[in-house]
Amino acid sequence: MSKAAEIDIVSVSKIYGTTTAVESISLKIPAGTYCCLLGPSGCGKTSTLRMIAGHESISSGDIRLGNSVVTDLPPAKRGTAMMFQSYALFPHLDLVDNVAFSLKMKGLGKDQRRAKAMDMLRLMQLEAYATRRPAQLSGGQQQRVALARALITDPEALLLDEPLSALDPFLKIRMRAELKKLQTSLGITFVHVTHSQEEAMALADLIVVMNDGRIEQAAPPRDVFERPATAFVARFMGDHNVISGRVIKSEGDGLMLSVPAGGDFLAVGAETAGLTDTADIAVRTDHVRIGEPSEKGLGFTGSVTNIEYRGSSVKLSVSGAGIEDFTAILSDTAFFANPVKVGAAIPLAWDRTDAIMLGKLKH
Amino acid sequence: MATMTSSETEKIEGARAKSFRLPPALISYLQAAPLTLILGSFLAVPILMIGMVSFWDYDFAQMYPDFVTFNYAETLGSWVTWKTYLNTLKFAFFVWAITLFIGFWVAYFLAFHIRTAAMQMVLFLVCTVPFLTSNIIRMISWIPVLGRNGLVNSTLISAGIVSEPIEWLLYSDFAVVLAMVHLYTLFMVTPIFNTLMRIDKSLVEAARDAGASSWQTLTNVILPLAKPGMAIGTIFVVTLVMADFSTVQVMSGGQSASVALMMKNQMSLLQYPAAAANAVVLLVFVLLMVAAIVRIVDIRKEL
Repeated sequence: MSKAAEIDIVSVSKIYGTTTAVESISLKIPAGTYCCLLGPSGCGKTSTLRMIAGHESISSGDIRLGNSVVTDLPPAKRGTAMMFQSYALFPHLDLVDNVAFSLKMKGLGKDQRRAKAMDMLRLMQLEAYATRRPAQLSGGQQQRVALARALITDPEALLLDEPLSALDPFLKIRMRAELKKLQTSLGITFVHVTHSQEEAMALADLIVVMNDGRIEQAAPPRDVFERPATAFVARFMGDHNVISGRVIKSEGDGLMLSVPAGGDFLAVGAETAGLTDTADIAVRTDHVRIGEPSEKGLGFTGSVTNIEYRGSSVKLSVSGAGIEDFTAILSDTAFFANPVKVGAAIPLAWDRTDAIMLGKLKH
Repeated sequence: MATMTSSETEKIEGARAKSFRLPPALISYLQAAPLTLILGSFLAVPILMIGMVSFWDYDFAQMYPDFVTFNYAETLGSWVTWKTYLNTLKFAFFVWAITLFIGFWVAYFLAFHIRTAAMQMVLFLVCTVPFLTSNIIRMISWIPVLGRNGLVNSTLISAGIVSEPIEWLLYSDFAVVLAMVHLYTLFMVTPIFNTLMRIDKSLVEAARDAGASSWQTLTNVILPLAKPGMAIGTIFVVTLVMADFSTVQVMSGGQSASVALMMKNQMSLLQYPAAAANAVVLLVFVLLMVAAIVRIVDIRKEL
């Protein structure tokens, strides 16, 4: 079961009537990758997954799996298996028959398919429940049955549609670890749709952030978090302050932004070239400190609007220099060494390397 | 603090004692009373009366309160009864099989092939349109269609397919079954449609994902899940056909018999106790059939 397939999506679109759910996206998912499609609801991530699975027709473009173009193939002929959001277990069949379903469809004999299904249930540690119906299982067990049913087809890629959304928070974290372990041991490609950035960061080798039917960024989790490509990615991943403004000066590898009715901010980066009109920069909330900036444009002075104590850290909300609700996460030691109160005016500063220039999608 | 709380509770207790309150047990009985009254007076009492009358004696003009069992002995001992039951069962079987077939496919089409919920409702209402007219009228309207010089025969003759009118179209078992199918198919469509609508569409996709063809999906997923609806439809249709007398009388032209028709004849001869015994036998028989259906299929999922 170690034949993983590369998935290659080439300018694929999905159009429902007059609305475009997915707009000409291209994406290469290397073989054996754990890929997370991440985005808010309605961003086209599920449509993309369903097009890979073959449950949704592709309006234009092509999808290649391994060496074959699967654009027009039915789901079972693609070498993919899908795990549905609500698991879609057959309520009238016991676990063995649920897992053995695809083997039955292939015309495998009863004893043979039941034996194989039992092996798969054993792998998922469900053999004790083999004769039960899905309704008699807990959410986590149902999920494992759904996984077993998908994996018995020996797929090259497993497609998971929000697999953890129906579980309670505690179970979510446990099943997340199980999914990752399973993917590592099987070595096949996983494509996992989720709207939780935390889930994506914990699981993925490759995060694909989608918005409005387009891919905003496709990169390893660390890159997505440390160098968000667009303002949307920075906001969606969280823990970033996004500052938008008009470009007033561009010199060398840096440029100066002016926030309407506010301060000026400096941004440095290779991507700055060619930007003329407006630009966004992102500043990590945990890289902000209280203090005067070392250089003009790397900080501002604002008044504290809210303070939240979070144990190991303290969250400050600061408004000023034309920016509403700028967040600074300070470590508890740093904060309590020099505490401030709501309403106080404080200077905030960050380093030159922490001001990340954000790009824009070409429309 | 504690003393204050206790005095407050006393005040509340005092206020409660002043207002008029029924004991909780009586309230429950009062709530159950209307339905008990209706079911009691319109269901339980009539059945008990039929049961009672079935043991009475009678002659050509009058019934005599008594406890005799010859009404049952006559009913169960006569070969006419058994033949009539067999005939009624034959109707029930054919009507059941045909309505199940038509009902399932109509419901399947509505549930899985009509995409919008609005269109589904419109088409479902179209199915109910014939029910806006009475049973008798719908039945009688078959006569000009199927008769000797009716629509079907005249069309077939003018098209040169047959040289003489087909006699068995009307006043035959065929006509009875046809009219019953027409009358009762909706009772099959509705419960099956209801079950099919509850099937999670992702189950169909999951089956497709597992490599099932449309036919395999139908036989392995949809049909098993539609069973409760089919069972309920079956109960409706079978009980309706078993109790039918007007369709059999009109459409067979009096040439065919059914259990209910036999009862009607006994009643028109004022043999009420005999008809009552017959009714009790039919009731027991139909209840046994329903019990058998419920044993085979778990319809509780549907209720």
